[in-house]
Amino acid sequence: MIATAPAPTAVEPREHYLNAGYGVKSWLLTTDHKRIALLYLASITLFFVLGGAFAVLVRLELVTPEGDLMRSETYNKMFAMHGLIMVFFFLIPSIPAVLGNFLLPIMIGARDLAFPRLNLASWYVYTLGGLFTLGAATTGGVDTGWTFYTPYSSTYSNGAVIATAIGVFIVGFSSILTGLNFIVTIHKMRAPGLTWFRLPLFVWAHYATSLVIMLGTPVLTAAILLVGIERMFGIGIFDPALGGDPVLFQHLFWFYSHPAVYIMILPSMGVISELIACFSRKRIFGYNLIAFSSLAIAALGFLVWGHHMFVSGQSVYAGIVFSFLSFFVAIPSAIKVFNWIATLYKGSVSYDTPMLYAMGFIGLFTIGGLTGLFLSTLAIDVHVHDTYFVVAHFHYIMVGGAMMGYLGGIHFWWPKISGRLYPEGWGRFSALVIFVGFNLTFFPQFILGYLGMPRRYHVYPEEFQVLNVMSSAGATILGVGYLIPLIYLVWSMRYGPRAEANPWGAKGLEWETASPPPKENFEQTPVVTEEAYNYARESESDVSKLNRAISSV
Amino acid sequence: MGEGFPLFPEQASTIAEGVDQLYAFLVAVSVFFSVLIFALIFYFAIRYRRRSDLDMPRPIHGSTALEIFWSAVPFVIVMVMFGWGASLYFKNSRPPEGAMDMHVVGKQWMWKIQHPEGRREINELHVPLGRPVRLIMTSEDVIHSFYVPAFRIKMDVLPGRYTTAWFEATKTGKFHLFCAEYCGNEHSRMGGAIHVMEPHAYDLWLSGVEAGESMAEIGERLFHDLRCDTCHRPDGGGRGPTLDDVFGRSVALSGGETVIADEAYLRESILRPRAKRVAGFQPVMPTFQGQVSEEQVMEIIAYIKSLASEGERRLAR
Amino acid sequence: MSASSTALSHQFEDAEQQREAVTLGLWTFLLTEVMLFGGLFAGYTAYRAAYPEAFILGSGQLDVMLVGVNTAILICSSLTMALAVRSAQLGKRQALIVFLVLTMLFGSAFLGIKAVEYSHKFREHLVPGPGFRFASPHAGQVQLFFSFYFALTATHGVHMIVGLGLLGVLVYQAKKGRFTPAYNSPVDLSGLYWHFVDIVWIFLYPLLYLLGRH
Repeated sequence: MIATAPAPTAVEPREHYLNAGYGVKSWLLTTDHKRIALLYLASITLFFVLGGAFAVLVRLELVTPEGDLMRSETYNKMFAMHGLIMVFFFLIPSIPAVLGNFLLPIMIGARDLAFPRLNLASWYVYTLGGLFTLGAATTGGVDTGWTFYTPYSSTYSNGAVIATAIGVFIVGFSSILTGLNFIVTIHKMRAPGLTWFRLPLFVWAHYATSLVIMLGTPVLTAAILLVGIERMFGIGIFDPALGGDPVLFQHLFWFYSHPAVYIMILPSMGVISELIACFSRKRIFGYNLIAFSSLAIAALGFLVWGHHMFVSGQSVYAGIVFSFLSFFVAIPSAIKVFNWIATLYKGSVSYDTPMLYAMGFIGLFTIGGLTGLFLSTLAIDVHVHDTYFVVAHFHYIMVGGAMMGYLGGIHFWWPKISGRLYPEGWGRFSALVIFVGFNLTFFPQFILGYLGMPRRYHVYPEEFQVLNVMSSAGATILGVGYLIPLIYLVWSMRYGPRAEANPWGAKGLEWETASPPPKENFEQTPVVTEEAYNYARESESDVSKLNRAISSV
Repeated sequence: MGEGFPLFPEQASTIAEGVDQLYAFLVAVSVFFSVLIFALIFYFAIRYRRRSDLDMPRPIHGSTALEIFWSAVPFVIVMVMFGWGASLYFKNSRPPEGAMDMHVVGKQWMWKIQHPEGRREINELHVPLGRPVRLIMTSEDVIHSFYVPAFRIKMDVLPGRYTTAWFEATKTGKFHLFCAEYCGNEHSRMGGAIHVMEPHAYDLWLSGVEAGESMAEIGERLFHDLRCDTCHRPDGGGRGPTLDDVFGRSVALSGGETVIADEAYLRESILRPRAKRVAGFQPVMPTFQGQVSEEQVMEIIAYIKSLASEGERRLAR
Repeated sequence: MSASSTALSHQFEDAEQQREAVTLGLWTFLLTEVMLFGGLFAGYTAYRAAYPEAFILGSGQLDVMLVGVNTAILICSSLTMALAVRSAQLGKRQALIVFLVLTMLFGSAFLGIKAVEYSHKFREHLVPGPGFRFASPHAGQVQLFFSFYFALTATHGVHMIVGLGLLGVLVYQAKKGRFTPAYNSPVDLSGLYWHFVDIVWIFLYPLLYLLGRH
């Protein structure tokens, strides 16, 4: 419970984190988590645009069955760079490094993350990793796919595998630093009165995500280290000629990369919980179970990596065990979806842009999750493994899920981050365009996959053309959909109307401080006396509403 | 393939229908839940839309009973999926007895296939209708994956080891063969066709070319040319164990363990003879790694298999 | 007292919170290290299970005596590190510096002996790659053993070098009198890290060197 900026000084611009300094140094050497979040925002947006450009070229090539736009080597590099950039340089850092970085300390009433300099270091490490990968992209590119399967990556590929692998290796350290910071911050920096079960679900989701990052990333590091050693020094590790096992690499790779999917989706689920609560003005239905289900998903994520290898020659029995375990992921996921919907029941639902994204998320995540069941089902996976069915499935999770959550969160907290309001009409319009474009792009790919079109195909049989053209048309709409927010959000930073502390009438400590927040987030350390999402009592005790009333007088 | 807008690929093998039925079940479940969830979102969003900025709904903390309900229902449904999918997979993973063996070698970017009768094909495979066909596969370079959508089968093809898949075609015609595991530049062109023919047409096709040697015969010739027969003598008096009737049997090793003499073991013993040495014999056999191609290894194995008429049946058990 | 208050970063409420946060941070970091070595161990274990004979052969090529001595040296370094931490807590600056320097000496000796061991492997053509020579039908798998031998010991060595760097900084800071009984968590945490790296070695030693020796 703190008072925001005192009213009399309203004439003079209040000092906040954005106007605390203007020089290049004040940004590049900042240890303020909010500024670092913006550094990340700029970098990942750059990578998103780049990864998107590769996707556009891929979809363009696939309009016709013949490989007539580019050579197959070029095409292979396009899809590989698309995957690498989107996974390692956009999706994994997206919500944690931008929204998590900005909001986590504020949500728990702290002045900063526990280790601000590590936080800045993580951005530099990210940038360094990015430069390596961009270097690889410009000096020949890499054609291994984002999965680096051996022995193709270690022996046969002509691409710049080592530079790319070093880039991915380095960027792993950046996630580790962020995850470590979050874990310590959540454990040790909570404001007085903020017990674990009063934490916003966004914080719970980031806690689970950080655990996955800490446990998974080092194994990927080990796997990439081994591939790098094998390729650089010509020593055999996965080389079958020596008795080495290329499938061992797949085990190590998926031990990280399956949980990595949860690194991408869990933070997004955290965002959705915040949005649903705010825009239906209700406490999240079954708060505890949503919090635990995040941890359950994080834990289960480490037990199911073998479901990527049902046709890799692993034993039939291993396949059956991994299939069995994979189905358990469905339970916590289903709980989340049903609890979110139950939150809407007898709520007060508004249709602001973030809420449109949240509803879109639930729908698309449902489809993504249900199609995941097809892939866990052994007999079906044999047929659809490595086809467009898989491509469609993980885009529904990663783009329909993670990306929708990211955009919803960016819109929701934009007034807090920038101190400005974005144009609501354009917001709703672009959310709709993205939803339509997304479905048109990826739904046909389910059908393509079951019909048997393998992924990573540069040329394909003619009978698949109609569905591919639909998908490419959808991608065009989707691309436009993404450009609109990019334009109006940048525009609003200068021309948008100023935002007050709590434009949505939302609950949570971040809404009790000014927009944009002061340098140390709060004038005074807040004391928390109530549970999260305590919307019902707003009419009596909400300070920000009181403030709004005062400032309007 | 259906007219206009097909949603299913052709069903051209004995397992295709079972897979499609399971798929249809999953589609039905998915459609049900998707429609339910979309409908609930729309209904609640409209029914409980914000009518005034002063709306402040009463909080609902949750309901343990409801939460248990919507954890238990999905659990039961996914366990049905698991059981159905796993049993079908288990069934589909075992070739029936008496399947004819086709030998497949993948390399960037082609499929080299050899019939037991010795006939070789590249990127094409002719098979008779209604006879189970087992594929014994390996790769000369990177990982490939043998994928025939119309048969609903797929299996990775790995360097340095054998993987197997099988099918029994139920429809004559020409079907796509794809490589499903990304393998480099021409990955998307590493495909071809499976031609399913009436049995008599297949026999005709086989005898169409001048009667060549069968795989086992080629293997026998290699066996002599490489001087394998100086040690592996039929009477068992050589420096190596006799290979008569050894396929499919369990073999005692020098380390005290036993191993079933299947294709993978025979391959390993040719390329790395001392990895698993038969008990009672000296480690004197040289390695043939680099001296014989993957296809020649398969031919030698075919010869050794031909020395054990009961071998296949033993192995199936 | 002033030392502890100047060392308090702005985001913390008090020195206690800072100390707890930093300690938890280091433990979390060590967790990732466990997973890193765990990944490499998993690969090693998979191959060892597949090729037990070759791995025993490969292990037989290693110099157990030399490395036994090296292991003893490393354990001594852990002891001196523990004594350094104790000295820091008691505020004994001179003893702190002596023990830190001793730890660094032991650590350097370990790396020196490691370098000698590596040079033997080069001379014996046991370094995986085109120059690998080993007269055995299992040569290929023995090479796999040595791939993991080098990957594991080199990763460990890099951690040792990082540790030596940390100790160097500590010596410098200790000389400037930065540590007091109230503020010594850098010494404490570097100690934790050093012990962790030693413990990794305690796993590596039997896994690589003592295999198949009864």
